[in-house]
Amino acid sequence: MDVMPKWADVILIPLISILLAAVLSALVILAIGENPWAALKLMVEGALGSTYGWGYTLYYATNFIFTGLAVSIAFHARLFNIGGEGQAVLGGLGVALACLYIPWPHWTVALLGASLMAAAFGAAWAAIPAFLQAKRGSHIVITTIMFNFIAAALLNYLLIGALKVPGSMEPATATFPPATHLPSFQDMFNFGETTFFRGAPANVTFFVAVGACIALWALIWRTRLGYELRSFGHSESAAKYAGISPTKIIMVTMLISGGLAGMMAINNVQGEAERLVLNAVEGAGFIGIAVALMGRSHPFGVLLAALLFGFLYQGGAELALWTSIPRELIIVIQALVILFTGALDNMVRMPLERLFLTMRRAKQ
Amino acid sequence: MTATAPAIELKGISKAFGPVQANKDISIRVMPGTIHGIIGENGAGKSTLMSILYGFYKADKGEIFIAGKKTNITDSQAAIAAGIGMVFQHFKLVENFTVLENIILGAEDSGLLRPSLARARRELKALAEEYELNVDPDAVIEDVGVGMQQRVEILKALYRQADILILDEPTGVLTPAEADHLFRILENLRREGKTIILITHKLREIMDITDTVSVMRRGEMTATVKTSETSPAELAELMVGRKVLLRVDKTPPVIGRKILEVRDLNVTDAKGVHRVKGVSFDVHAGEILGIAGVAGNGQSELLEVLGGYEKATGSVRMNGEDIDLTGARSDGQSRRARGIAHVPEDRQREGLIMDFHAWENTAFGYHNDARYQRSKLFMDNQAILKDTEDKMARFDVRPPDPKLAAKNFSGGNQQKIVLAREIERNPDLLLIGQPTRGVDIGAIEFIHQQIVALRDQGKAILLVSVELEEILSLSDRIAVMFDGKMMGERMPQETNEKELGLLMAGMTTEPAGGPFQAVADNLAYAGGDTGKGA
Repeated sequence: MDVMPKWADVILIPLISILLAAVLSALVILAIGENPWAALKLMVEGALGSTYGWGYTLYYATNFIFTGLAVSIAFHARLFNIGGEGQAVLGGLGVALACLYIPWPHWTVALLGASLMAAAFGAAWAAIPAFLQAKRGSHIVITTIMFNFIAAALLNYLLIGALKVPGSMEPATATFPPATHLPSFQDMFNFGETTFFRGAPANVTFFVAVGACIALWALIWRTRLGYELRSFGHSESAAKYAGISPTKIIMVTMLISGGLAGMMAINNVQGEAERLVLNAVEGAGFIGIAVALMGRSHPFGVLLAALLFGFLYQGGAELALWTSIPRELIIVIQALVILFTGALDNMVRMPLERLFLTMRRAKQ
Repeated sequence: MTATAPAIELKGISKAFGPVQANKDISIRVMPGTIHGIIGENGAGKSTLMSILYGFYKADKGEIFIAGKKTNITDSQAAIAAGIGMVFQHFKLVENFTVLENIILGAEDSGLLRPSLARARRELKALAEEYELNVDPDAVIEDVGVGMQQRVEILKALYRQADILILDEPTGVLTPAEADHLFRILENLRREGKTIILITHKLREIMDITDTVSVMRRGEMTATVKTSETSPAELAELMVGRKVLLRVDKTPPVIGRKILEVRDLNVTDAKGVHRVKGVSFDVHAGEILGIAGVAGNGQSELLEVLGGYEKATGSVRMNGEDIDLTGARSDGQSRRARGIAHVPEDRQREGLIMDFHAWENTAFGYHNDARYQRSKLFMDNQAILKDTEDKMARFDVRPPDPKLAAKNFSGGNQQKIVLAREIERNPDLLLIGQPTRGVDIGAIEFIHQQIVALRDQGKAILLVSVELEEILSLSDRIAVMFDGKMMGERMPQETNEKELGLLMAGMTTEPAGGPFQAVADNLAYAGGDTGKGA
């Protein structure tokens, strides 16, 4: 018997957590002498008040969906892939190589090819920590986080060396050829007179991300691999009893996880920047952890959480642009949301469970 | 009411965990200098009650009186101060400390250890003589057997001036001889005026040693009676709430062809400990081979090898064909394909995924079966659900709800879920470890019947159990394991608990000076690794 109805677990708890984070954020904004209500209005307007704002919100959300899914699938196998950042960096390298060195006839095939390369590079980057975990017992949290630094250093090395445009002072690759440019929302939702999403970076990758959510949902709850993966996540000893190979599950899960994190690059590298620059990932790998926690590792939960964090990112950028609220405070707000939805989950859960219990007792 | 106040009196104790009412209005009164048994099935609330008495939980309602004085037990320190000592089922000892160090742990006289140790050594000597609690004060805990570890736990309590001793399932890990030794100690303690509460699910122990007994069922105290005025059958009925058959009904076996042939099997675990040492035996169709032994003598590893999740050397032949013991086909899936089903010893860690629904657990291990697939890619969840409903009906699983998580079923019903899954696959060989551990008496009857029925269908069954009674009543042939070796085989009708108990302690012949003292000495001084990993 579950203590709480399911809706309370998946909707009510995150909602209360966000509310608490919002209240605390409001207090912080008050404390520095700004008006929290005005700030909230500005955030909502900036992120959701126009198709331009939506275009940014959805662009950020796309990044977070991929990294959030990457963390989620690993969570299901009780693996903590903290290396989404590095895997996304390597994914970017894969995209850049695919776009620069293969002459694609059309963006559709370019998208397919670049996706495969991104996933392959991300997966390969996750494969090494996975192998060390499966075979040597090296803790995956330690190895994946260290691989983030190696990835950053590797990209640095390549962007000031082999991949740099000769004669350029900038650590970046050349711009990708036009055939690889993905249609942005502006291109896709252009109805003659009225153009939506003008100037916003959201692009076709958003739909790929939504597709990934659906595919991952089916993988986790409808396939044998998902079944084995969840079994392993719940109980390694039981998985061994059932003849499920831990090595196989760790490897396969981390390859999928790394692949998903890598695929983020088709959004930010191929879709937006159209070239590979330093620090293209911008911390999205880490936000993915919060997204997965808040989304309860469920692909559709991840979708919603990614939208929320997209809103926070875009709204926060607006706030920094139009008010004297410093940029650092945006990070504080985001941190509060992460803190309440992720780390302090039990703080909300416990009293709520008790409430539901007394309600049920009263009914009886 | 007598002139002396009861050593312990609980009045109207209630405790709820979420929706579960673990203790409901429990009152109990234990007179000083008596042994009081508390018996009940798993989940009846015995341990919760004792945890309240020891200050681990706070009761929602109710009062505790110690020696007639109302006492507020807020934590274990308060319990110790009130003179209560507890010996847990799972010992709370520091493995790499010596006996002496463990005894003073938390009860040091000062910041300096040396005087404390010296005092403890003196007192230990006195206690050992007084109560037959002989231990080697300088032995390291991990090197001594479980029997001595338990004595250390008792000494810990006595060293803290405990007048009331609570023992939670104390004989679970002991050989019969060690259990007898323990009971002698308890009798000595009683004679000295100590009060003892013995929590157990074994009817025989209650009958043997207690003065009074309380029966718990579903969080309630259903009866408190004088032991001399009751019988095992009556207690069983009070525990379960209906009449139970305490004996297994079975016909003589019809032995068929050889199904399993194990030769010179050796297992070395991940830590490099040699667990199974050159074991050989056969199991035939239509036969139950019972392996007796104290927990931790290699039986678990034997099951793990045969079940496909532990590597081994030697040879195992199933239906006349060799089984892979180390290579790619030494996994559980390959074993199942060869007709070996396995009800593991620890169903909560191995046999089931506690967070999975019953229906997901029904496919566990057999999730690659064609009947559970909708297509190459997807599993057929509807088919699994349907299969689970059928199995639940046939095995009388309660509640018959396939969408309930495994952790929400009682121990007996969890075991039925595992049993249904393994038996209904129609295996040639069933490995079954501790079939009734943590299972309520009512379900034990059913599970034993299922095992015998499978044997009668001509299947081979390898039974591992630490419950001698279970081994004796179910097996058609009994093998005893000690320290990774087979100590010999006996026919159940030609042996008895005493002989098996000796074999379980590693002795093949009865030594001079009485068997039990010899066993106790053997365990106390040779130490050995009898109980390691238990």
